[in-house]
Amino acid sequence: MAKGLYGALAEFRTPDDLLAATRKAREAGYRSLDAFTPFPVEGLDRILRFPRPTISFVGLGGAIAGASTALAMQFFTNYDYPLNVGGRPIYPISAFAVVTFELTILFSALAMLVGMLWQNGLPRLSYPVFNGERLHRASKDRFFLCVGADDARFEAGETLAFLSGTGALSVELVPE
Amino acid sequence: MSEQSDILPTRQSMGGITDQLTRIPLRFPADRRWVIAMSVASALLLLLMVSVVELFTRGVGIWGINIPVNWAFAIHNYVWWLGIGHAGTLISALLLLTGSEWRNSLNRFAETMTLFAVVCAGIYPILHLGRPWYVYWMFPYPATMGVWPQFRSPLEWDIWAVLTYLTVSLAFWYTGLIPDLAAARDRATRRGWQIFFGVTALGWRGSARHWQRWQQTYRLTAGLAVPLVVSVHSEVSLLFAAGQIPGWHSTIFPPYFVLGAAFSGFAVVSIIAVSLRSWFGLKNLVTDDHLDLLGMVLLATGLMTGYGYVFEVFDALYSGDAHEIQTLADRFAGAYAWTYWGAVVFNFIPLQALWLRNVRRSGWMLLLISASVVVGMWLERYMILVTSLYRDFLVSSWSHFTPSFWDWSTYFGTIGLFLVPFLIAIRLVPMISIFESKELLHEEKEEQQHG
Repeated sequence: MAKGLYGALAEFRTPDDLLAATRKAREAGYRSLDAFTPFPVEGLDRILRFPRPTISFVGLGGAIAGASTALAMQFFTNYDYPLNVGGRPIYPISAFAVVTFELTILFSALAMLVGMLWQNGLPRLSYPVFNGERLHRASKDRFFLCVGADDARFEAGETLAFLSGTGALSVELVPE
Repeated sequence: MSEQSDILPTRQSMGGITDQLTRIPLRFPADRRWVIAMSVASALLLLLMVSVVELFTRGVGIWGINIPVNWAFAIHNYVWWLGIGHAGTLISALLLLTGSEWRNSLNRFAETMTLFAVVCAGIYPILHLGRPWYVYWMFPYPATMGVWPQFRSPLEWDIWAVLTYLTVSLAFWYTGLIPDLAAARDRATRRGWQIFFGVTALGWRGSARHWQRWQQTYRLTAGLAVPLVVSVHSEVSLLFAAGQIPGWHSTIFPPYFVLGAAFSGFAVVSIIAVSLRSWFGLKNLVTDDHLDLLGMVLLATGLMTGYGYVFEVFDALYSGDAHEIQTLADRFAGAYAWTYWGAVVFNFIPLQALWLRNVRRSGWMLLLISASVVVGMWLERYMILVTSLYRDFLVSSWSHFTPSFWDWSTYFGTIGLFLVPFLIAIRLVPMISIFESKELLHEEKEEQQHG
């Protein structure tokens, strides 16, 4: 543990370099790892052992909520004010299908967007890792690996030396 | 390494793409042309405002509608605009799910097009209400009158479908935009831009953890958006098909409408793609290969729409219903036969040139053919509306429809309503997805290396 530090940041030129370095860091026993990349890098989540995201369940919850809301709304309004239209049924599921389908999708999509932002802790405009001098390249063409200062094995000098040894273009300590 | 996978020239770098695309909003390169386009668009928008004020003051009687043709321009243009919007979602969502990565250069502006086309569509039924300030009656609220909206009517389904479509399109568009807003934020040097992109990027930092959840959200939303498009335009067709009017009351309407929608929309996507790439010098990202593929999609959807035409005729003849056959005859040779034949000619004749590879790869040819399709589809919607209504069952209720000045002014005005926000969006957000282009470029280079 180091006081006043967020972690150590290493910069790589390609996704493959990043993947190789991440693998080495895992093998060296580092656990508090994160990467910052310009686009989703395939295979990174497996190496970092992230749990599977649960957005699909959030979406399913939204879908169920949407469908129930729509059906409840349509059944209730027709129950409360039954209108006889040429003797057609008051509660036709087929006629309710369209609005039910639309609301299922509406609730599900919005739930996933909100759930994704919520789980990611966004919006949060300022974050310690932005203190990294070169991190702005993470939205351009560079791939960064970050070892968090809360890692049990984190030791400023040693970690920097380790990261340099993985073929990083540059390494730096990020203040909190 | 197949030819297909190299749609982006691999000589460019990720950094180059980022700088090129973030520079468009940050240091806008084509001021003069933008001002000219914007003044035309604003003039059209002003025309819409004048028309709407006139409409709200004097009522829908200023339009050419009457009994029996009470659903002309307002609903016809509503269907036309909404159809155009659908291609944006299809390109973006459907091609994402099928792994057709050539979409990565097209999806952003196609989705932006969707948003504003849906807005143009959405205002029409409200304008058509006659008393538009009562539009809130469409929503179920505990009214003192003790009544509820009628959920068994397609007219009520409509507002739910369109509002859902608008909201989900916006959510999908914004989800895909967040990483690019962050890229623009990191490149911005002026304070105003830093604040604008800083806030809209929500503090996105490209963390692997975030990407993982983001990716799942993006793909699942795409998975929802595809059936949503189909459901929305099917629902629009039910506005017609659920009625008893000859020429409308047919089960082929939902697929016929959805395909026509995709057809007209892909035409507009082609127009925007050709214009943007020559305007901003983006030939390295929107390549001739992209135009080639767009041309093929346009041709395919066009032929499917043509199939719909054939089956509409077959349907009417096979039904043996005297009124259906009468409407068919009216379409072929009645007072509005020019809309039917106009639609056939504009939609399907120039389209055949797209069989040739050279034509597909030429921006100008694709632009002209697409413009022809847009006109053709506009005529088709006109034809479906008017030829069915002007002569229905009783001779005593036959009449004609002639669009008035205000019909036309409202229609041209909505083109301004589409263009003004679109031109503003060009200046505010990256019009080509930056991170998805880089992802594709990386995959191409990877493939080159490993054979």
